[in-house]
Amino acid sequence: MFELDFTPFILSFKLAAIVTSILFFIAIPIAWWLSQTKSKSKAFIEAVVSLPIVLPPSVIGFYILFALSYNSPIGVFFEDTFGIKLVFNFTGLVIASCFYSFPFMVQPLQGGFESLNKNMLEASFVAGKSKLETLLHVALPNIKPAIITAIIITFAHTVGEFGVVLMVGGSIPGETKVASVAIYEMVEIMDYSMAHIYSGIMLTLSFLVLLGVYVFNQKHKKRIGVS
Amino acid sequence: MIKLDIHKKLQGSNGDMNLDIKLDIQENSFVALSGKSGSGKTTLLRVLAGLEKAEGSLKVADKIWLDSKKSLVPQERDIGFVFQDYALFPNMSVQDNLLFVNKNKKLATHLLELTELTELTKRLPNTLSGGQQQRVALCRAFMREPKLLLMDEPLSALDPFMRAKLQNDILKLHNEFKTTTIMISHDPSEIYKLASRVIVLENGKVIQDGDVKEILLKTNGSQKFSLRGEIIDIIKADIIFVAIVAIGQQIVEVVLDENEASNFKVAQIVNVSTKAFAPSLSSI
Repeated sequence: MFELDFTPFILSFKLAAIVTSILFFIAIPIAWWLSQTKSKSKAFIEAVVSLPIVLPPSVIGFYILFALSYNSPIGVFFEDTFGIKLVFNFTGLVIASCFYSFPFMVQPLQGGFESLNKNMLEASFVAGKSKLETLLHVALPNIKPAIITAIIITFAHTVGEFGVVLMVGGSIPGETKVASVAIYEMVEIMDYSMAHIYSGIMLTLSFLVLLGVYVFNQKHKKRIGVS
Repeated sequence: MIKLDIHKKLQGSNGDMNLDIKLDIQENSFVALSGKSGSGKTTLLRVLAGLEKAEGSLKVADKIWLDSKKSLVPQERDIGFVFQDYALFPNMSVQDNLLFVNKNKKLATHLLELTELTELTKRLPNTLSGGQQQRVALCRAFMREPKLLLMDEPLSALDPFMRAKLQNDILKLHNEFKTTTIMISHDPSEIYKLASRVIVLENGKVIQDGDVKEILLKTNGSQKFSLRGEIIDIIKADIIFVAIVAIGQQIVEVVLDENEASNFKVAQIVNVSTKAFAPSLSSI
């Protein structure tokens, strides 16, 4: 029987959970601002936010390595001040993944905010509620499907990333060797049976997660009567 | 007293246009705002609410809401706003929609009683009919006990029966709270029933302003009875012609001779009036 090592999966899911939580709180104010603003800088910010979608992961990985390694001022500052290395460890993976998965959190949230009835938001302002109160009590509760989509897609996308992780984290077992990297190595050493098992697990989990999202969204639409 | 003198450049459907409105509005009065679409009615309402920026001045009671130095944000103005599409908060029950504005439970209960919504307190907005939703929105607008109530065609999405019901509710609330109200409406019967003053806008300017009766009753001279309608068909019947005229939601026939028939064409807006006979009313 195979000796199944679950460490890469645990690492993948731990990474995804941390990245998703961080991005959720960073992305909400940015997505809300993008949905409300009439500023000319909106297009610029949107383009920057979406860059990771079109850039090859190796390009993102290269820039992150360049910016955070001990050869850069940022890397030097963190290592000398806090004693934290920012690349080739789990911290580096988290930082890199935050960049890589950022648009997947921002875009669904922004879409959700933009689909809200403008009059409804104005009704809240007219009722004396600030933008923050409106965001918390009116906007967010009415974009639940978008929130769930954003969280799940970001989570799944982080679990599924490969190029950036490999470049910034390498393949240190128990530290940076996530599931996707583990599978790559199995294929490289031609251990196809293990690669099959690992890939099968990834495929099943990913499918179940997505199925869950769509079932939830369908039910929610029926209940609230809006998308 | 509400004193407003508003200027704003608008990009209308027929090119640029300037909104220039200067008005004094009596406290506790009910003013109807009318005029073709694109005349600046909604913009004026939104400017009053602080939802859109404008130049000029706005003074409500003794408080300055807008002048050359400052412009209060909507949150700082004492207003109620009723939107055409209700704009309720779908995630909150009927009661919570009201309490979100103001935690005054007594007022909420009272408003819901007045509008006969008490049984629907716990329901979510999307389970209600359009008329019920608009009644909730109306109550919500009163929760802030506003100095100024603004309504943007609040009843235009409703069927005639629901409209009549809501007109009564609006009247009830206005009589009780005496809130100065400005309502956009195109429906003369609605305006007559609710308002004491009508202001008609065209291209961003006031073109008519006065008593409801003066402006709405379209009789002039010796005419006893006059209705505005649109010719929707002219039919030749033997030697005479019959014009089919739509007046409001009704269709009537008017007999024309050949000469008259040649002067009118389909889609023309006309006055249907009579001098010699007194129209009689009978119950149906």
